[in-house]
Amino acid sequence: MTVVFVITIALLTVAAGCAIYRAERGPSMLDRTVALDVFTTTIVGAIALEAAYSRRATTIPILVVMSMVAFVGSVTVARFAAAEREEEGLIELPPPVDDRTEEAER
Amino acid sequence: MTVDWIGVADVVAAICMLLGAFLAFAAGIGIVRFPDLLARMHAATKPQVLGLILMLVGVGLRVHVWSVVGMLVLVVVFQLLTAPVGAHMVGRAGFRTGKVVHEDLVVDDLTADQEAALAEEDAAEAAEEDEGREPSSDAPR
Repeated sequence: MTVVFVITIALLTVAAGCAIYRAERGPSMLDRTVALDVFTTTIVGAIALEAAYSRRATTIPILVVMSMVAFVGSVTVARFAAAEREEEGLIELPPPVDDRTEEAER
Repeated sequence: MTVDWIGVADVVAAICMLLGAFLAFAAGIGIVRFPDLLARMHAATKPQVLGLILMLVGVGLRVHVWSVVGMLVLVVVFQLLTAPVGAHMVGRAGFRTGKVVHEDLVVDDLTADQEAALAEEDAAEAAEEDEGREPSSDAPR
């Protein structure tokens, strides 16, 4: 049983690391939002794993709170990104993606 | 012959936890390697519903308390309610801020609708100017 938990922890750690990498790289704020959603879901999985490993129910209410807070965060950032113009500079796009979006706008 | 039901539940819980963690892992890989916003959103939804349900089933099978099962069902219900809303908002914001590559879309109804609405608006404004009036500020947009 311990082996299963070690493997699960390893998978969740890699997932969280990938999500943080994408949240750092961007390129747009919405990519970061999606990455942080994945990170939150991974945290929920880790807390669930802890509860399953120790057979204790004390951390379960945290899961309820997390599943609500993640939603509020992503919706807020999505609204904020929708009201923002690209050339105002908060979103920094690297050249290849920039070319593609310019093409799309034409 | 007696069956060790707690042992059986533990094995099923272990399989569920492993599958859920694998879905989270797949989402992590996908979100790093996929090229654009919509593909990353597709990868990100993997652990949000099925992965979470699998992991919470694992928790329910390990923790033998009924009140915990109630809270886990609550988590799943919240997630099923909120994940589509969040994904919709992110996708719409991506569409409006030009993060969607239109050449990659198989079906693209929203662009046609937007162009039709804009053409209609332009025609209405032109008609108002022809009549020699100021364009009314509360024209529908």
